[in-house]
Amino acid sequence: MLAFLVRRALQALLVMLVVALIAFTLFRFVGDPINQMVGLETTQAERAQLREALGLNDPVIVQFVRFAWHALQLDFGVSYQFKQPVVTLIGERFPATIELAFVSAVVALLLGIPMGVYTALHRRSWISTALLTVSLLGISLPVFLTGILLIFVFSVTLGVLPSFGRGEVVHLGFWTTGLLTASGLRAIILPAITLGLFQLTLVMRLVRSEMLEVLRTDYIKFARARGLTDRAVNFGHALKNTLVPVVTIVGLQLGSVIAFAIITETVFQWPGMGLLFLIAVQSADIPVMAAYLLLVAAIFVTINLIVDLFYALIDPRIRVDARTA
Amino acid sequence: MIDVDAPLPSTGATHRRGRLAALLDHDLVYSFTRSKVTVGAALVTLLIVLAAVLAPWIAPHDPFDLRQLNLLDSHLPPAWAADGDRRFLLGTDDQGRDVLSAILYGARISLSVGVLSVALAALVGIALGLIAGYAGGALDSLIMRGADVQLTFPAILIALLIDGTMRALSGEARNEDTAFWVLVLSIGLSSWVQYARTVRGSTLVEKNKDYVQAARLIGLDPTSILFRHVLPNVMGPVLVIATINFGLAIILEATLSFLGVGLPPTEPSLGTLISIGNKFLFAGEWWIAIFPGLTLAGLVLAVNLLGDWLRDALNPKLR
Repeated sequence: MLAFLVRRALQALLVMLVVALIAFTLFRFVGDPINQMVGLETTQAERAQLREALGLNDPVIVQFVRFAWHALQLDFGVSYQFKQPVVTLIGERFPATIELAFVSAVVALLLGIPMGVYTALHRRSWISTALLTVSLLGISLPVFLTGILLIFVFSVTLGVLPSFGRGEVVHLGFWTTGLLTASGLRAIILPAITLGLFQLTLVMRLVRSEMLEVLRTDYIKFARARGLTDRAVNFGHALKNTLVPVVTIVGLQLGSVIAFAIITETVFQWPGMGLLFLIAVQSADIPVMAAYLLLVAAIFVTINLIVDLFYALIDPRIRVDARTA
Repeated sequence: MIDVDAPLPSTGATHRRGRLAALLDHDLVYSFTRSKVTVGAALVTLLIVLAAVLAPWIAPHDPFDLRQLNLLDSHLPPAWAADGDRRFLLGTDDQGRDVLSAILYGARISLSVGVLSVALAALVGIALGLIAGYAGGALDSLIMRGADVQLTFPAILIALLIDGTMRALSGEARNEDTAFWVLVLSIGLSSWVQYARTVRGSTLVEKNKDYVQAARLIGLDPTSILFRHVLPNVMGPVLVIATINFGLAIILEATLSFLGVGLPPTEPSLGTLISIGNKFLFAGEWWIAIFPGLTLAGLVLAVNLLGDWLRDALNPKLR
């Protein structure tokens, strides 16, 4: 178990190192950092002085170590466009993205699991067929199109839900939340559905296929033979055993959800990190891009690590494999 | 279920009945005609591709010809609406461009980006996969660890990153001609990993087979062994991945264009059209965004269905 843990942690570290290298290369070699920071009137001497002060004349390896060291302390430099420290910019927008990703994951689980169970138990009913067909559409619709269609129906035609922004937010220390105000709650509905739809179809299909597998096993037949109620068999025995892969996939998906939030946040003008990153890409704001890349990588790697550990704790077979491999 | 283990017609019979008959007799054709959904998907794909290719001849207007555009014709609803104009079946956009014609030309651009970026991804992925599988050792580790790192991130993020980097590199020189190729490059380089992994796996199996040993024995150089002998034998799965990724590439293109980092409004793809239409959605002018959106969704759905079918038909184990 310990060997497995250590190897996973080392892998995660390696990934972070590679990503840091890419972020550093972007920062240092794409465009001249000095040109981006100073005005046109700055003289050559002043430029050279700034270059020396920032340590841009040091050996590249020294610069990389310094970059990584600063990144560890959450110092990513100053945004070219906003002229503010990158960490402040991201810090302001971090809660909005996390809240959106979290709510959409909850929506996906709360709707996806019952839908998956239903389609597995009633395979031939027309509702199941309809759900599966719609889920195929859900996979084929690009995220931004889903968002536009929802805005068109609920904001433009029916006029019941807001189409942009986060509504009123409450400040809780460094965290801001929209989940405590009525307008904040109304504002999160459409973006959360848009972001959650893909996961929803994924969860539904996963639960369905896992349930179909499990329902065929002997212990389910035995449970039925014992005269347990359908309810106890389906939910107590069958569903319980499908949840491990579901939790794993949803956990792993949480990373992509944060990245997909770029699109959702743009459609709904949601003031999160994704929107900030997109603006950075549009204006070639390298420090923001590099910081976002590192942050997302850190989130991904942490989630993967947690899921791996969680899996190893639940499923003893993985521990054995890890020892022999 | 189709019995895929049925023996293929012997080569003697094939010669007698001609190639066409043999082709029609193939399992692939059989499983194709058996599934109504697949035939429907193929028809939809064919229709959109044909319409896109023939756009200059069948489109009622030329959206690129500024002389034909008239601002007086802008913001017209579809022809069947109360104040629609019969000249513009699906209405017009803010510049007076016919939405139907814009969709036909837009599909042309979307499909070109899709085909080229899938080709690029396949090219890079196959080459790296062959090298990694055949060379092994440190080179293999380097390529596959790189693939692992890239796989940690969703393609959209990689594509945005490449696009942002190109933007920073090209500075002000970036113009509409390069936008198309930057897009192809971003999408292509963001999706090579899957090809590389599959090809590497197959290459590892193939390289120990007798025909590769024989080729080595007669002194062929590694390049020609790889590309003339190993490559044809690892292409099957590549075709499936390419079909599935084609749908993804079209979505990615539309998404990037929608986000404003893809193709400019003067050269609209389906994504750009939806992005333009999105601005007028609140004015109730739904047709500018919705019709290109439906075309995009239909195209992607059809291509995905074809990809699913191809995967199942070529790989009976998955059924």
